[in-house]
Amino acid sequence: MDLYQELILEHYKRPVRAGLREPFEAEVRHVNPTCGDEVTLRVHVAGRGGDAVVEDVSYDAMGCSISVASASILAEEITGGSVTHARETYEAMHSMLTSKGEDPGDEEKIGDGVALAGVAKYPARIKCALLSWMAFSDALHQAEGAQQ
Amino acid sequence: MTAAPFTDEELARIRADFPILTRTVRGGHPLVYLDSGATSHKPRQVLDAERGFYERTNAAVHRGAHRLSEEGTDAYEASRDTIARFIGGRASEVVFTRNATEAINLVAYAFSNAAAGGGGGHGDRFGLAPGDEVLVTEMEHHANLIPWQEACRRTGATLRWVPVAEDGRLDLTDLDDLLTERTKVFAFTHVSNVLGTLNPVTELVARAHAVGALVVLDACQSVPHLPVDVGELGVDFLAFSGHKMFGPLGIGVLWGRPELLDEMPVFLTGGSMIETVTMERATYAPVPQKFEAGVPVAAQAVGLAAACDYLTDLGLDRVHAHEQALTERLLAALATRSWVRVLGPADLCERGGAVAFTVDGVHAHDVGQVLDDRGVAVRVGHHCAWPLHRALKAQASTRASVAAYNTPGEVDVLLDALDRVPAMFGLEVHA
Repeated sequence: MDLYQELILEHYKRPVRAGLREPFEAEVRHVNPTCGDEVTLRVHVAGRGGDAVVEDVSYDAMGCSISVASASILAEEITGGSVTHARETYEAMHSMLTSKGEDPGDEEKIGDGVALAGVAKYPARIKCALLSWMAFSDALHQAEGAQQ
Repeated sequence: MTAAPFTDEELARIRADFPILTRTVRGGHPLVYLDSGATSHKPRQVLDAERGFYERTNAAVHRGAHRLSEEGTDAYEASRDTIARFIGGRASEVVFTRNATEAINLVAYAFSNAAAGGGGGHGDRFGLAPGDEVLVTEMEHHANLIPWQEACRRTGATLRWVPVAEDGRLDLTDLDDLLTERTKVFAFTHVSNVLGTLNPVTELVARAHAVGALVVLDACQSVPHLPVDVGELGVDFLAFSGHKMFGPLGIGVLWGRPELLDEMPVFLTGGSMIETVTMERATYAPVPQKFEAGVPVAAQAVGLAAACDYLTDLGLDRVHAHEQALTERLLAALATRSWVRVLGPADLCERGGAVAFTVDGVHAHDVGQVLDDRGVAVRVGHHCAWPLHRALKAQASTRASVAAYNTPGEVDVLLDALDRVPAMFGLEVHA
């Protein structure tokens, strides 16, 4: 099965930057009602406009290997980078996961995220992989609103 | 004499009636369908009946005076009779809905519509008001929970529930405090769609009736699998769906005691369900037509009647015996795997053929995916019973559910596929 890459299982067993931390500007909770997966996710953004940096992404994810690994990969790829980079990474992940297998993912842009490329061929699992990314997008939007 | 499971020859004949069982999935694996609790497959006899209706009879029944309309109406009403007799009732006591969910909503809305002065009913048995209570159980499918949450919200009544014990059976310790003269309705499931638990219906009905409460039974997981007789059960309402019992999608059944159906206000309104109409108001048709607004689901009713005939021909006692044997095989094998926890009754006593389990350290979605990779179809998640999973401290579970067409060999394929899970997810397995 190409779904369960070793990298995914590694992230699942030892999720990177797991746990909820302070400080944070926004906290969101997203659920996947078909299976009960839940993620609570916080973002801490420093600076404004083009200089804004995602200082921290912290999370508590309960769910399948795909959803937990996806949250872990997100935290790894996004933390410490610019908000602009975070948005590009989100777009690239979203595109790959919803491409029905046509977009294999660009390792330059999404790093370990390419390990999730196989998910696109399993429609029932796309939501699992997208859950934390949707939560992050929502939290980032709220964090920027809070700064205004 | 107790009924016997199907022989290999009988099983082969049954399976030949279900065209879908010959297909392969995921790279050529034969389909092993263990998700009949979600929806069952349909035998040729049902497909032919439904197709036959569309090819020869198709008409909007209970309207028009042409030949097809007459034949369509006859087919629709004959189906009602077959389906009613299948559960030991009369045709005049059977209301067709879109599904079991709508059937339960119909009753829940009868209570709040009566409280709001809705038309088409009479008497005072269907009111709900602050101070009144609705009793459900913690093991309900969302379809027998949320309609009552909303009915309580609309009327100010209070929702209470019977808890589930650790062994997956109802904890009846405090039933006398939960079921009182304040209780207007007690709604519970006959067989749990997750745990397979068979609830003690006649005992619960007696205790509900002793305090004047009406009983609504969710029979979605019992009518397809064991002999059900509304008279023996003594319930006031019983709801089930067609598609879980070899019938078509798009039809559900509400059986109700005739005097209660007569007292209930109308639910969905429009064509078909009227007696007279002016610009200001309408009067309503007698039961069951007053609950069947819009063009009736005639082809689905014909298909469901064919499904009832099919099950009757198999013999519900033998269907039950067969499913019990499969369930016993599965439960016994799961009990030897220390890394598997079965939710619900661990033995065959008072249980049906739904077996939900968790695998330590592996989410149900992942378990299901590994099974699917070998062609095994099971349900994963909370199976529309989120509060039940919370009560059993399980975030989600994997559920295998059997039907008359399943074989002992298919249970073994499930077990073989399941045994791949520990190694794939790096579990340390202690036998």
